[in-house]
Amino acid sequence: MTSKVAVHDPRGYPPKVTGKRLAPRLESLQGKVVYLVDCLFDNSDVFIRQLRDWVGERFATADLRLIKPRQSWVDDPDMRARIEADGDAAILGVGL
Amino acid sequence: MALEQGGVPTVAVHTDVFARLARSVARANGMPTTRQAFVPQPVVGKSAAELRAYVDGKDPVSGRPFAQEVIDGLTEPLGDTDLTGLSFERSTPRLLEPDTEDRLHALFAEHGWTDHQPIVLPTEERVAAMLAGTSHAPDETVGRLRPTKYREFWEFTVEKVAVNAVMAGARPQYLPVLLAMAASGLSARSSSTTSQATVALVNGPIRDEIGMNYGIGAMGPYSHANATIGRAYGLLSQNLQGGSVPHESYMGSQGNFLSYNATFAENEAASPWEPFHVQYGYAPDASTVSLFLGGWYTVFGGGPRETWERKFTRSLQACDPYTGPIVALDPIVARDFVALGFDRKQKLIDWCVEHARLPAKEYWDNQWVQTLFHPQAVAGVEPYATMLAADPDEEIRMFRPEDIHVVVVGGGTGAVWKMLGGGPRRTTVTVDDWR
Repeated sequence: MTSKVAVHDPRGYPPKVTGKRLAPRLESLQGKVVYLVDCLFDNSDVFIRQLRDWVGERFATADLRLIKPRQSWVDDPDMRARIEADGDAAILGVGL
Repeated sequence: MALEQGGVPTVAVHTDVFARLARSVARANGMPTTRQAFVPQPVVGKSAAELRAYVDGKDPVSGRPFAQEVIDGLTEPLGDTDLTGLSFERSTPRLLEPDTEDRLHALFAEHGWTDHQPIVLPTEERVAAMLAGTSHAPDETVGRLRPTKYREFWEFTVEKVAVNAVMAGARPQYLPVLLAMAASGLSARSSSTTSQATVALVNGPIRDEIGMNYGIGAMGPYSHANATIGRAYGLLSQNLQGGSVPHESYMGSQGNFLSYNATFAENEAASPWEPFHVQYGYAPDASTVSLFLGGWYTVFGGGPRETWERKFTRSLQACDPYTGPIVALDPIVARDFVALGFDRKQKLIDWCVEHARLPAKEYWDNQWVQTLFHPQAVAGVEPYATMLAADPDEEIRMFRPEDIHVVVVGGGTGAVWKMLGGGPRRTTVTVDDWR
């Protein structure tokens, strides 16, 4: 019979994951402030403007605002605070 | 996801190759139902009309109209999971279930815990022997690693580093070097789409204490210490950070040969200049590891010969402008530069900064310069703001002095040098803290 050996698990320790709820959804985008966040990846500004145009064509009274973080790959608390203060919804693109 | 927590309904748009990764990140953040919509890859290089077609077209992941996915994501009522998120714990036991060696090897391979080369199984005896290489307690927390900024950190202890050191075939006397590398917080398994590797340079007495090779073949497979420390750094990075799996936690498009090993030591005794770590304020008798997130390119040359200025200038211009080079000189080359008047290393660095120039339009057309430096330029951060204001045909400097690193390595069998992608992030950590 082949003998068995005990070995260590090579993995680190993952953090405990705590569930977080999503924000309440809107009934419609009409009349709402929607921030479109350009995540600063190469050409994402061109994409996000196309998406803004599409939304604007279908939700004529939506207030569509383009916004950028101060840097790519870095959380921008000021930008988030602004969106949370006067935004009703946000679309982020195009990024990871 | 932070916006959702702030009460703002949000949809995140990704390209389809990131679908598994985006869902994995959402789950690990406790929001598995985060609303996501996908467009085809790539976005880079597409015209406005082509990107409008993405918006008008189908989400390649769901098969539904893309724009409708976005609108529905902001307006459709929430379900039960949306209201609670998902809480869970992932345990990683200290020991695995005992099994035969063959089955354990298969298990390690199946779970992606290897680099697809044979490993040494980390038995309790082998790990205990490895732990003799440090005075630190096995259960002491060393640090945290993650493959990229948007992933969660995983923690690890001294024992976990020792486990991976055993797997790589390292010896106990190497463990302080590996603990320092692990404690740096820089992973050797970055998930960057650019396929970063992490280049590691060892300085100080530890090099000789553990038999590192900084002479002939220093960057090749000619030293047990160099070979296994580099390998162990890769294994510990992928295993202690929670994986390095294509599509989920690794997105490097081409991969990088240097991910197998990019660890070497400086030939301090043969260098006419101060050792690398001394440049950064460490005592000559301190042992350190300097880590560079980069490793994308290698440019090779000989000399300096009569036309060295043109060769060096062209080589610097061939380097990626986003990331300055590690200029690795054979001792012969370093001494020849001294004979040319570069009696201080900083003089050579300054020469490189002055001569490494590109037309502004070419510099700013670089994808990563555009993504990472352009926003800073727009925000007024120098030197990028001035560089952005330059005439498109003006030749601007590619690098700052702190972006260029000069080290001396090799055995003096040839007047040769390399420029290796060094990366915009450098950190130096002390080995002595982990003895």
